Amino acid sequence: MSGEPILSVDRLTMRFGGIVAVQDLSFAAERGKITALIGPNGAGKTTVFNCITGFYKPTGGAIRLNHDDGRQTALERLNDFRIAKQAKVARTFQNIRLFPGMTALENLMVAQHNALMRASGFTFLGLIGVPTYRDAEKRAIALATDWLKRINLLDRADDAAGNLAYGDQRRLEIARAMCTEPALLCLDEPAAGLNARESASLSELLRSIRGELGTSILLIEHDMSVVMEISDHIVVMDHGVKIAEGTPREVRDDPKVIAAYLGTDEEEAAAVMESGS
Amino acid sequence: MTALSTETTQAGRTVGIPFILKKAFLSACVALVLFSLMIGIRTEAGPDGQLTWWTRFGDLASIVGLVFGGSIVIELLRQWIGPTGAEKLVPAPIQRSLSLAGRFLGPALLVFTLLVPVIFYNQRYILDLGILVLTYVMLGWGLNVVVGLAGLLDLGYVAFYAVGAYSYALLATNFGWSFWVCLPLAGMLAAIWGVMLGFPVLRLRGDYLAIVTLAFGEIIRLVILNWQSLTGGPNGVSGIPRPTLFGIPLDNSDDGLAAKLGIEYSPTHRIIFLFYLILALALLTNWVTIRLRRLPIGRAWEALREDEVACRALGINTTTTKLTAFATGAMFGGFAGAFFATRQGFISPESFTFQESALVLAIVVLGGMGSQLGVALAALTMIGGFELFRGLETYRMLVFGMAMVLIMIWRPRGIIGHRAPTVYLTKAQAISSDLVKEGHG
Amino acid sequence: MDYFAQQLINGLVLGSIYGLIAIGYTMVYGIVGMINFAHGDIFMIGGFIALISFLLLVSLGLTAIPLILLLVLLVAMAVTALYGWTVERIAYRPLRHSFRLAPMLSAIGMSFVLTNYSQVAQGARVKPVPPIITGGYTLHEGPEGFAVQLSNMQIMVVLVTIVLLAMFTWLVSRTRLGRDMRACEQDQTMAALLGVDVDRTISMTFVIGAALASVAGMMYLLYYGQVDFFMGFVAGIKAFTAAVLGGIGSLPGAVLGGLAIGLIETLWSAYFSVEYKDVAAFSILIIVLIFMPTGLLGRPEVEKV
Repeated sequence: MSGEPILSVDRLTMRFGGIVAVQDLSFAAERGKITALIGPNGAGKTTVFNCITGFYKPTGGAIRLNHDDGRQTALERLNDFRIAKQAKVARTFQNIRLFPGMTALENLMVAQHNALMRASGFTFLGLIGVPTYRDAEKRAIALATDWLKRINLLDRADDAAGNLAYGDQRRLEIARAMCTEPALLCLDEPAAGLNARESASLSELLRSIRGELGTSILLIEHDMSVVMEISDHIVVMDHGVKIAEGTPREVRDDPKVIAAYLGTDEEEAAAVMESGS
Repeated sequence: MTALSTETTQAGRTVGIPFILKKAFLSACVALVLFSLMIGIRTEAGPDGQLTWWTRFGDLASIVGLVFGGSIVIELLRQWIGPTGAEKLVPAPIQRSLSLAGRFLGPALLVFTLLVPVIFYNQRYILDLGILVLTYVMLGWGLNVVVGLAGLLDLGYVAFYAVGAYSYALLATNFGWSFWVCLPLAGMLAAIWGVMLGFPVLRLRGDYLAIVTLAFGEIIRLVILNWQSLTGGPNGVSGIPRPTLFGIPLDNSDDGLAAKLGIEYSPTHRIIFLFYLILALALLTNWVTIRLRRLPIGRAWEALREDEVACRALGINTTTTKLTAFATGAMFGGFAGAFFATRQGFISPESFTFQESALVLAIVVLGGMGSQLGVALAALTMIGGFELFRGLETYRMLVFGMAMVLIMIWRPRGIIGHRAPTVYLTKAQAISSDLVKEGHG
Repeated sequence: MDYFAQQLINGLVLGSIYGLIAIGYTMVYGIVGMINFAHGDIFMIGGFIALISFLLLVSLGLTAIPLILLLVLLVAMAVTALYGWTVERIAYRPLRHSFRLAPMLSAIGMSFVLTNYSQVAQGARVKPVPPIITGGYTLHEGPEGFAVQLSNMQIMVVLVTIVLLAMFTWLVSRTRLGRDMRACEQDQTMAALLGVDVDRTISMTFVIGAALASVAGMMYLLYYGQVDFFMGFVAGIKAFTAAVLGGIGSLPGAVLGGLAIGLIETLWSAYFSVEYKDVAAFSILIIVLIFMPTGLLGRPEVEKV
């Protein structure tokens, strides 16, 4: 059971018209580990994410999610909200998608929609205010409060999410995804736009999610310092195919990876080299 | 007329008299061209179908003069208020004290409304007006669920009002069912129609949503108009039974309420009963909506308005969320419709035109999308204002349309420009509507 | 068969009128992203202006029908265009960067204003005109005595539509104004940075849309021989339906949608029932949008995640 990877992607292919964004990509994300998906811009990383989280329907291939209890879900057959609801895959977005007009706390409450919906007897019991729903709501608020504490935003709980600083919004979005109590957390460039201090606290947060809660994480990231520091396993993509995978150390020394980065963006290649030393 | 537009005069630029005169002159020229044919010449179909015409240069001259003068006045006003124009018409201190008063405004308004029949017992006109305003408050609150909370644009809301009204009218006149049996049925039927409208529009956004809801409203009206055997077509349904106080009629008969209570009969009794009936229905709508907002479904509606993609990523079934919003809004519309039918005693398709939908939508938007108090105030302003201009006859809709334009320019985000959170840890802080999204509208 | 051919002709003529109005909706939507609810009333105003200027010219003693029609066309286009400009200036420009529902309600308000303005100014009664363009051709005489007719009036409506469309397509694709319009459609801020006068371009969009609507109004007047203050509402909704059906924002789509609505309406009236012709048109709109959520020729909306 524990030997099985939480997510296995098998020969995933995604075509948009004539353009092949992802070609025969296979990789696995280990349970309770942080797996990073890296590659130069336009390598097809976000496309892979969108296939995993149901926003795109893959052209070919299989995506399997292995639950703790041995159940297996075929993600390529589920569509949008069912992936989050049934397969327990949560995600964040490259360009933050919070509910800006709702408070931080409300954002975290919306994330617990399905659990609260059941507790409220699909609204009917909640409308007349049965005590079981009130208890469930208290628990939901407690969970949300707990997460606000973890991301250090407890004092901003009643502020509109749209009013928070950029870095806070990033962390809130992760907390919101975590409030769905996912089996697999997918993060699309969580460190984008963060300064060094914020990046460090993000690494801290992700490590605590893995360590304390045992949640498996799959992330796309450009910030190599974050990737190299926290990843257990790295998959490198370029032009829609996998060019390398392995531990941070293995990937760092892989000439193909360096070439891929050098061929596109010198700065990033330098970043890869540098964080290796 | 053109002078009304808030052209952004560069801040700090002093605008001299010659500029104002020049602008007014240009406005007058535009007005002259616009009105020369439409007002300067009046056409009319003669007795034998021949078209005749005559000139009205006097009217034309006075209107152009009015535009010239008005343009100067507005330009002077604008200089006096400052370059940002309309926003500052209400000074900041007043706005602040308004928001403070807002906390007490709701309860005060409620108490006043409860007392209206006592205060104005003998003024039938005011009571009728109150009933009318409350009906629109209820419609506004119903549509608010769809537009204000879920952020789905609905230009055909009147369809559900019509479904509710005809459901009660037909069930009552054909089967003799009582109002209290028909009321929930009317709501349910309207809700079913809401879901039927919801299905085709699930994937639509923005203007596609607008036209389909508008088309839906028109379809319902046209079917009612043309299905003569069922609905009586343009003649409508008449003789709709008046509501009873749980079986006790409010009339002059021996079984009537007055006779039972041993008091003298007065037709006002029924009016007052209707007043409290619609008040109760509206308050029910309000109560349910406030409750729903604090339940997961209500939060999901608002989240849907904010960001549909994020909702899907959080495992929220956007299909059922949208459908429940349509159904809930439609149900309240259906209740209001049943009330309308029992109050009027007669309904016809004329009462369910697009203008009604537009009016209710205007109430919701003017109220400040999503704000219950704002909607109530907007309904009071719009319907009350509309009544004030009753004496203007044909000019009434003209004034009404102009008011709609001016109000939108003045307060595009409505009277109540903030959103109240549904849950809080320490303190409920109002959220500025600049942050709140407007959904697919 | 003959009956069908006749209905086809009638449908195409009606569709041409809808198409002319629909262009105004689609253009404004493409550039400003709002539904100009007052556009149907601009069409109605165009009809009235055409009627009044026609009356004036006739009483001035002009007798040459083609000359009169040409003058009427020019006057109607010019004056109605000014109406379009004024409406934009008063009701929409102050709300340019506001949130989306505000200009829409402002437009609905403007539509009420225009409808009732024309009722107040010209009275509520239907204004008839005698047929001005008469005659036509019998295309085919069936054995049962049913003849397929093509009137000169119908030829003129279709011809005018085609000519205006050609002019308009040229305007959008070849002139500087057209280029500015397309630039504003893509990105107003960027267009402004590159020296496009956005305000002027948007004004011109309304002017052109109103001018085309006035032509539609004049065609309506000539074809149906009457105008009234309320005709803008129904025609406006139909034309808007046409624009959405064709894919709002797409010019060929507007014309295609117009023709489709015209044909649906005419054929439904001919074969089923006149009363339900609008129900048919609206139902088909809903059905098309279920399967093609962005209309017939609209660009599919790609959801960027």
